[in-house]
Amino acid sequence: MNAPLLQIDDLHAAFHGEGDEADVLAVRGASLSVGPGETVALVGESGSGKSVLALSILGLLPYPKAYHAGGAIRLRERDILGAPAAVLQALRGNRVSMIFQEPMTSLNPLHTVEQQIGETLRLHRGLDRVATRQRVVELLDQVHLPDPERMLAAWPHQLSGGQRQRVMIAMALANEPDLLIADEPTTALDVTVQAHILDLLREQQQRLGMSMLLITHDLTIVRHVADRVFVMTEGLIVEHGPTEQIFTAAQHPYTQRLLASEPTPRATVDSPLPSAAPPALMKAVDIKVWFPIRKGVLRRTVDSVRAVDGISVSVRPGHCVGVVGESGSGKTTLGLALLRLQDSTGELHFDGHNLQTLTGRELRPLRRDMQIVFQDPFSSLSPRLSAFQIVEEGLRVHGIGASAAQRRTIVAAAMHEVGLDPETMDRYPHEFSGGQRQRLAITRAIVLEPRFLVLDEPTSALDRTVQLQILQLLRRLQDERGLAYLFISHDLRVVRALADELIVMQDGRVVEAGPAAQMFAAPATDYTRALMAAAFEVRAVKVHPQGGT
Amino acid sequence: MAASLHLSRLNRRRLAIFRSNRRGWWSLWIFAAIITITLPAEFVANDRPLLISSDRGWSVPVLATYAETDFGGEFETEADYRDPWFAELIASQGGWILWPPIRYGPRTVNFDLRRPAPAPPSWDNWLGTDDQARDVTARLIYGFRISILFGFCLTLLSSIVGITAGAVQGFFAGWVDLLMQRFIEIWQGMPTLYLLIILASLVEPDFFWLLGLMLMFSWLQLVGVVRAEVLRARNFDFVRAARALGVSDGTIMLRHVLPNAAVAALTYLPFVLTGSVAVLASLDFLGFGLPPGSPSLGELLGQGKRNLHAPWLGLAAFLTLALLLSLLVFIGEAVRDAFDPRRTTAKSAP
Repeated sequence: MNAPLLQIDDLHAAFHGEGDEADVLAVRGASLSVGPGETVALVGESGSGKSVLALSILGLLPYPKAYHAGGAIRLRERDILGAPAAVLQALRGNRVSMIFQEPMTSLNPLHTVEQQIGETLRLHRGLDRVATRQRVVELLDQVHLPDPERMLAAWPHQLSGGQRQRVMIAMALANEPDLLIADEPTTALDVTVQAHILDLLREQQQRLGMSMLLITHDLTIVRHVADRVFVMTEGLIVEHGPTEQIFTAAQHPYTQRLLASEPTPRATVDSPLPSAAPPALMKAVDIKVWFPIRKGVLRRTVDSVRAVDGISVSVRPGHCVGVVGESGSGKTTLGLALLRLQDSTGELHFDGHNLQTLTGRELRPLRRDMQIVFQDPFSSLSPRLSAFQIVEEGLRVHGIGASAAQRRTIVAAAMHEVGLDPETMDRYPHEFSGGQRQRLAITRAIVLEPRFLVLDEPTSALDRTVQLQILQLLRRLQDERGLAYLFISHDLRVVRALADELIVMQDGRVVEAGPAAQMFAAPATDYTRALMAAAFEVRAVKVHPQGGT
Repeated sequence: MAASLHLSRLNRRRLAIFRSNRRGWWSLWIFAAIITITLPAEFVANDRPLLISSDRGWSVPVLATYAETDFGGEFETEADYRDPWFAELIASQGGWILWPPIRYGPRTVNFDLRRPAPAPPSWDNWLGTDDQARDVTARLIYGFRISILFGFCLTLLSSIVGITAGAVQGFFAGWVDLLMQRFIEIWQGMPTLYLLIILASLVEPDFFWLLGLMLMFSWLQLVGVVRAEVLRARNFDFVRAARALGVSDGTIMLRHVLPNAAVAALTYLPFVLTGSVAVLASLDFLGFGLPPGSPSLGELLGQGKRNLHAPWLGLAAFLTLALLLSLLVFIGEAVRDAFDPRRTTAKSAP
């Protein structure tokens, strides 16, 4: 192999602690190299220091709060760590480009697409207005955005997430860089869009012969895209090697654990369909949630957004119904409507009660039997209440436990059951890790001993190893208590681990429904097939024309 | 807010940030010192002694009213403690008089001036006297106290009204929000100071009238912030989770929504306080404020304007007011920093 394009040796990066707190050592001696034309993946969980490492390359850390205690970063044999600002500026967006995770915030909302992309061209190439415009149109065409001429005047808010990420890529490629650093480029996107964006990156990489440093936590992507893999945890590179070798013969225990965190499917095709099934606990027929669009002085309803458009679900005790769909498909709204946290029309029967006709007061005793766990464990726990207060709230509402001491015992038992140390019950949410917070949210739900649980993407905000632990916990709770789950997720791999039945949603409607094992084995519709191809093989499949990716 | 003696880590961090703002931290201490001096103003500047030991035993004129005859004098009216004759009377009984540091009350007229009032600073009147021969130091102390008390009362009341109104708007949204928002916009369009002047001329304004009149407008400052915070908080997942638990609307509001909105309101309060102090001073300056004769910073400022040949009047009032407002603004800035979520929950690494 030729001399590497990028060579990082024993890099240290740290942040000064606030006041008398100790400094945070984010990267503690990491070495990494990227050869010309090579795709290298840097894999790690949140807090592993992978983003800090990436930002160090272009000197984008918040100096002087951040500092490097040692190490070297060489680009084409030239030391760029701690290089003068002018040198780094000449590199940024020119020889080395970067794509960020969040396409919603990494474009300036006050600039049109032409201005955003044109800026780096003018800066580094000094092109005039006409030449810039020509080049921008060319770039937009290369990233396969439809109708590039018209796209020039578009504002970021008029674009979908996938389109924005394409604009980001066009910006990054504008000066045909030698190295593209992609920091979780597809994490915020739907699976099908994800596959298209990765395709595009691969295609452009081959066309320009550039190197790519891909930073991600998603092993499926790594496996399909990267030539070599570096595994990072707690600021250290613990293992590196060719992709095949890492996936087949990982040496380091951390890598092995990471690889083993792939959730295993629950139901197999052979598992018998429940014939003598108990009657459905939650039965919803033709549920509709329409948000009216009002226009004019009289605010007449001219049209409506059909978030959920006629969906029927029934969930039996001890069963898990998975609801799958891309963002905006209405799956969360459906979950909220079932619990009557969102007004809807259609029939809702829970354990013989007609939920739609009950008043708020009549509904309250039933709330004990149906609970919900949200996606983001950071926003679903009030930051001002301690763990005990959060879990206790439901007990007080339903008059369980006569005294505070008694409630403490109940809370302690519930915390113990989900694998939290009851000693920690007087701590506040921010003192828990993401996985612990999600366990706490689950404790809040199960302390009431519900029979029906809506799980709204309960593992999406978590790292993979933690994800697996939460899935195992949910599975155990279901087996022990015969809970009925409605499991909402965009991640088919996670759904496969839990669901007995599956509903695929698109634009508020059911695309396909049936036993999970059958659907995973032989999806019947194009849309489901595309979803599965994107999720399991990171392969883009063209489906019937959609709002553009 | 949930009051607990045990400071959570968040609050400890806030305290640390507050303390790290040296200017705000020192301002707080200076302000606290001034408050401790001016709050018991009667014991600091008064024309009645704190304690008298005489034939009739101990008397406490600062708290009770005694006739001159009680001390063996001649008149049945209240004793004139400042009269040299009275001091001799007590001395002849072998007793003593304990005076406060400043022997003038806010309305005490110094009849012993060697030159016509306003008199310049002297050993007797540290900051001189005003144009009615009253001691400026004493009037400053009382004026400062009334400004602060007025400010605190107005801030407290307007935050109660403002937070309630904002919470109602944000929580019920829809029509309630729409109607209240239009009302507030109209109400905000009124020329407040002129309206206060007109209203103050209709009634005989005293402390509580002024408080009521200003409250009519000052609550508006907080409504917008609280409304926005509540609108945001009602869509938080933990509010949804509380709904799913079956928690009632009122409890959700008090326990989950308001504490989150209160932080935003709290950072505003010091500035509401400065605003209240300044409005009272301007009304007093124009002569539409507290009843004539009341000690107040605005009134002293007005005297300074009328008596430009006696610069100690204007200077004393101006410096006091400037000090007070600066201290409050500095403290306010430190409080705002301390509650800034970007600083308290700053992530160390992405």
